[in-house]
Amino acid sequence: MRARLRRDKVFLLVALPGVLALLVFHYVPLLGNVIAFKDYQPYLGITDSPWVGFDNFNVLFNGDAMFLRALGNTLVITLLQVVVVFPIPIALALLLDSLVSERVKQVVQSVLYLPHFLSWVIVVAVFQQMLGDSGLLNNTLQSAGMGPVDIIGNPDVFKALITSQVLWKDAGWATILFLAALSRIDSTLYEASAIDGANRARQLWHVTLPGLRGIIVLLLILRLGDALTVGFEQIILQQAAVGSDVSEVLDTYVYNNGILAGSWGISAAVGLVKGIVGVLLVLGANKLAHKFGEQGIYQR
Amino acid sequence: MIKSLKALVLAICCAAVIVPFFGIIATSLSSREDVTRAGGFVMFPSEIRFDAYEAILSGGVVTRATVVSLLITLVGTALSLVATTLLAYGLSRRGTLLHRPMLAIVLLPLLFTPGIIPSYLIVKYLGLLDTYWSLILPVVVNAFNVIVLRAFFMELPQEVMDSARIDGAGDFTVLWRIVLPMSKAVLAVIALFYAVAYWNSFFNALLYINDTAKWPLQLVLRTYVVNQAELGVDQLGGTELPPREAVQMAILVLSIIPILLVYPFVQRHFTKGVLVGAVKG
Repeated sequence: MRARLRRDKVFLLVALPGVLALLVFHYVPLLGNVIAFKDYQPYLGITDSPWVGFDNFNVLFNGDAMFLRALGNTLVITLLQVVVVFPIPIALALLLDSLVSERVKQVVQSVLYLPHFLSWVIVVAVFQQMLGDSGLLNNTLQSAGMGPVDIIGNPDVFKALITSQVLWKDAGWATILFLAALSRIDSTLYEASAIDGANRARQLWHVTLPGLRGIIVLLLILRLGDALTVGFEQIILQQAAVGSDVSEVLDTYVYNNGILAGSWGISAAVGLVKGIVGVLLVLGANKLAHKFGEQGIYQR
Repeated sequence: MIKSLKALVLAICCAAVIVPFFGIIATSLSSREDVTRAGGFVMFPSEIRFDAYEAILSGGVVTRATVVSLLITLVGTALSLVATTLLAYGLSRRGTLLHRPMLAIVLLPLLFTPGIIPSYLIVKYLGLLDTYWSLILPVVVNAFNVIVLRAFFMELPQEVMDSARIDGAGDFTVLWRIVLPMSKAVLAVIALFYAVAYWNSFFNALLYINDTAKWPLQLVLRTYVVNQAELGVDQLGGTELPPREAVQMAILVLSIIPILLVYPFVQRHFTKGVLVGAVKG
């Protein structure tokens, strides 16, 4: 033991600051979740606030309208993002991969990756300028003699709006993993299938998509773990304009109800359950993937 | 036929990114007449004016917020890069003392995040509310970046390090003289990730910074551009106000410029697959 300590002391020493930071800001807060079982009063502090057992969790089961609304919106938005947003980067990656000119490909990639690095504040502002009342779209429509369309601040299209924002920001960036997987597909498979008489469509189905299956499964599992997490920053920025009926999701519920309105215990309970469900979803999906012979998220 | 369809789709995708940027820059450089004539958003100004930039950069709310954001980004990125590199190196050799428990400490946060309220409470208890440290310390180590860097370190040729050790180099010298010089590309990418995260930090600022005098640029952007609050003469420098739309777009441009400046230096590493190789490991 002492010999190992002497041998590895540099490794232990250099790891220390990082481990400490993780412990303080990721692990100690986990203990803070005890307030989910307390009637937390800021002036009493965590230790002196009275225990209330599982009372705070009642909100999950007693049909609380605000909670159910947040849950419903979250699930609808997640579904939209899996169905609409997930496949598009795959298509885009196939398109990019089929480009012959390396130069064109690099330029297009550079342009499409860029929005990923912009903050949500910027993305929301950009969308306002494009689609807002005095934005580019409505100015153009107006000069063509057509009436304005109400997009920003219209509750009816809010979910479509935030979905298109996600697409604009991250569809390009999401191609990066698919492109890497595409480049690892053995090119002799294409040649062999061509000799066997496969056309482009059959090659796509029998060579390309199987080559992407591992990464698609992996990303779907990770997405499932985030099923209850949808664009917090994105939504909080636009919530005032459309009202919370269409825009309240679980994370904004925790924030609005806890930090702003002071229902600390209930919000912490909702946040805790949300986190646990997320972990269970990932582990469950991963198990399922293993059953189907996929690698899933962890390998030894 | 298929070829031109492909070109069309890609052209539309690129235009969807480029056109907004172009228009935002154009509007920020517009005169009051152009803004009025276009009804707000200007694509092609008839003259170029820098009034809006002069107004926001000659002292006042925006200038201060820009300095704050730059400071947080520089200090934060430096600290993050050091802590992440050291931690990744500490975890890069299998079989070292406490290797597995420490690795588990890094991996678990990827699966489970503590939640908004407990995170807020710890920052409050440490007395970090309304300090710039609240925007740095809670995010100083990103577990994902540690894993990427560790995987990269582990794939470096072991023979080089072994021969250095035989020549008497200690573990620290190996890190400094061999590992780091071979990892410049991936370190650049990770530095960019951190810098962008600090520069873009919005939610933590919203949560932890109540004092408007300490606002970083993203909060100013939210208040005066997204929520369209009026910026008065007393909040800007100069005496005469440029058109509001131009001022708003100038703030937007100001918040995008740093990203555009660093992006080209790092972007080529993405396409080389620096990250992806590490991710699969």
